[in-house]
Amino acid sequence: MTLLEQLAQYIVSGITLGSIYALIALGFVTIYNVTGIINFSQGEFAVVGAFVAITAAQKVSLFRGQAAVGLEWPLPAAILAGVIAAVLIGALLYRAGIQPARNASPLSQIVVTIGASIALRGLVLLAWGTDPYRLDPFSAGKPLRLLGAVVTRQSVWVMGLTVVTVVGLYLFFRFTLTGRALRASSANPGAARLMGINIQRMGLLAFVLSAGLGALGGIVIAPITFMTYDRGLMLALKGFVAMILGGLTSPVGAVIAGIALGVIESLAAGLLSSGYKDAFSFVVLFVVLLVRLGGLLGARRGPALERAGL
Amino acid sequence: MKSPRTYVLIGLLLAALTVSACGGAPSAAAPTSAPAATSAPATGPEQGEPYLLGAFFSTTGPASSLGEPEANTVTMLAEQINAQGGVLGPDGKLHQLEVKMYDDQSDATVAVEVVKKLIDEDKVTVIVGGSGSPASIAVIETVTGASVPFVSVASSSKIVTKDDGSQHQWVFKTPQQNLPVAQVQYEWMAAHGFNQIASLGVNNAFGADSMAALKMLAGEEGMEIVWEGTFEAGDTDFNAQLTAIAGTPAEVLVVHATPGEGAPLTVQFRDLGLEMPIIHNHGIGNRAFIDTAGDAAEGVLFPIGKLLVASQLPDSDPQKATLLQYQADYQARFGKPPSTFGGHAWDAVMMVKGALEAVGTDSAAIRGYLESEITNFVGISGIFNITAQDHTGIGKESLVLVEITDGDWKYVDPAQYASVP
Repeated sequence: MTLLEQLAQYIVSGITLGSIYALIALGFVTIYNVTGIINFSQGEFAVVGAFVAITAAQKVSLFRGQAAVGLEWPLPAAILAGVIAAVLIGALLYRAGIQPARNASPLSQIVVTIGASIALRGLVLLAWGTDPYRLDPFSAGKPLRLLGAVVTRQSVWVMGLTVVTVVGLYLFFRFTLTGRALRASSANPGAARLMGINIQRMGLLAFVLSAGLGALGGIVIAPITFMTYDRGLMLALKGFVAMILGGLTSPVGAVIAGIALGVIESLAAGLLSSGYKDAFSFVVLFVVLLVRLGGLLGARRGPALERAGL
Repeated sequence: MKSPRTYVLIGLLLAALTVSACGGAPSAAAPTSAPAATSAPATGPEQGEPYLLGAFFSTTGPASSLGEPEANTVTMLAEQINAQGGVLGPDGKLHQLEVKMYDDQSDATVAVEVVKKLIDEDKVTVIVGGSGSPASIAVIETVTGASVPFVSVASSSKIVTKDDGSQHQWVFKTPQQNLPVAQVQYEWMAAHGFNQIASLGVNNAFGADSMAALKMLAGEEGMEIVWEGTFEAGDTDFNAQLTAIAGTPAEVLVVHATPGEGAPLTVQFRDLGLEMPIIHNHGIGNRAFIDTAGDAAEGVLFPIGKLLVASQLPDSDPQKATLLQYQADYQARFGKPPSTFGGHAWDAVMMVKGALEAVGTDSAAIRGYLESEITNFVGISGIFNITAQDHTGIGKESLVLVEITDGDWKYVDPAQYASVP
């Protein structure tokens, strides 16, 4: 490969990976905007979603070979099963974890989500063990070529699904009554309540949406990077970085930042030092936290920031 | 406000946490002993006191895929030995072999604790175990301080070799070093006439040791490492590294990884359409690699111990009979084929058994036996010749090159190196 082709390849790989960060970050932003908390079990939604989809799609043995599952559903049904499983867990987390603690400080609620993520990781470890699992690519065939860079068909799926999801979410928030109610409760919870919007229900909806987004991200990336029980934490951290980079409350910002983060990582790993790929993300986070939250944003902390105790 | 639901939630979370914790850590406190009480045979030697063997493996936690077959093998061997009446000691009496076995939970700190327990409470005079290199390295100081011989089943050269190149007095190990693995890789490359290599490995003790071995031999083999890079354990996206490699004149890619990273790496390598061959090290020698990498695994080469391809070995191979016997025994006892890791435990136990037969239970005598009397010992991992200068005792003859073909491992005869993959 020439240097130019390599650069194109880094960017393509970066966008693919960044799309997943973007989906996770979107989940973070949605929950944060509506409930004012940061949901650190966001990465676990991706893991659970992917594992359930893999289990539905192919032969898998669970609990150290104690149970064999051979559903072999068609791919769309398996994906749907994965998303639904994550959505149910998201709803359960909100109902059993966040809602009862609604009068506690946001920090306490955040701790609840951290606890839930550890518990979920443990359960996934029990069921699926430590081995990596792979979902078959959505469509078979030779990779495509773009400016000398290889674009696998799964990468196209990843990018395409991200675009469709982002556009769909935008339309939902803009043009449906529920979407508007969600936005209203994030803009001004008090006024929204006076208008007859059920804030609790909106919180539940936010968790459900985010869980679905996370699961979709986890499922669509599973053919490329496989899935292991402990992926959730790193995915959540990357999504969190993207959320902060994107300005904490902006869905558009989160998507752009997520993709940018993927590209930065890819370029840094390829051109600077491959061993410190993750470190670059966290250096970016560190710099942004130092400069932006303390400096640029400090002067105009919104109510949402105050609520989160940031 | 503390609603009842808050408590329900806390209860649920605690329950989930406890369940996952239990899954990760049973049986740390209670040793499992192999059945020791069988009646002495009617005739033959008199029955003596049981001989104690200390053992600790990572039967739970991330290294459990190593620890489980190791623990199984020790259990199976103890059963076999005891069914034959026990170990015939130098006193002319038969001694049942009583195994005190603990789980180190894949945690080096726990490993040190259980080794102290084995020495101080159970009063064992010889120990086998240490599934992961970190656990084995962590207990060196403890066994050395207590003057108890320890036969490790983990691979890092640091387990037996000090920084100055001499050997730890009380520590031995049964798995191959990484150096002979690199030697086999170079032999294969030489057969193809390759001399420019890209080397990509996981950034931990395992990867670093393997990469260092490859690098160390590159000069004398007339090879040049034109690109060298790492990734973190747990990484799953390697497109950046692979793209960088595609921009170099490398003729072959050498990977130092375990299936967790090795499988996605191989898939992405194929997806990128890189045309150079890919050769792994022995880290990918289990079923999980083929199962997860699928079609991408076809044509992957790696050097490994002979157990994996025992039935395909030429009949002239001196280890073949031992290997097939172990495979058959393990399959019959546990209903699945053994892994290379279990083989390391087989070697450790059988060496110790030899020592117990020859010198009894004195720690210093066992150590002396292991260092001077293990010659041409036909084991699972290789044919051992342990000396004071080499506490591993096996070289590249213990390894074979394996190719993954049709979803299975295929033995590659050294004469055929130039035609694979």
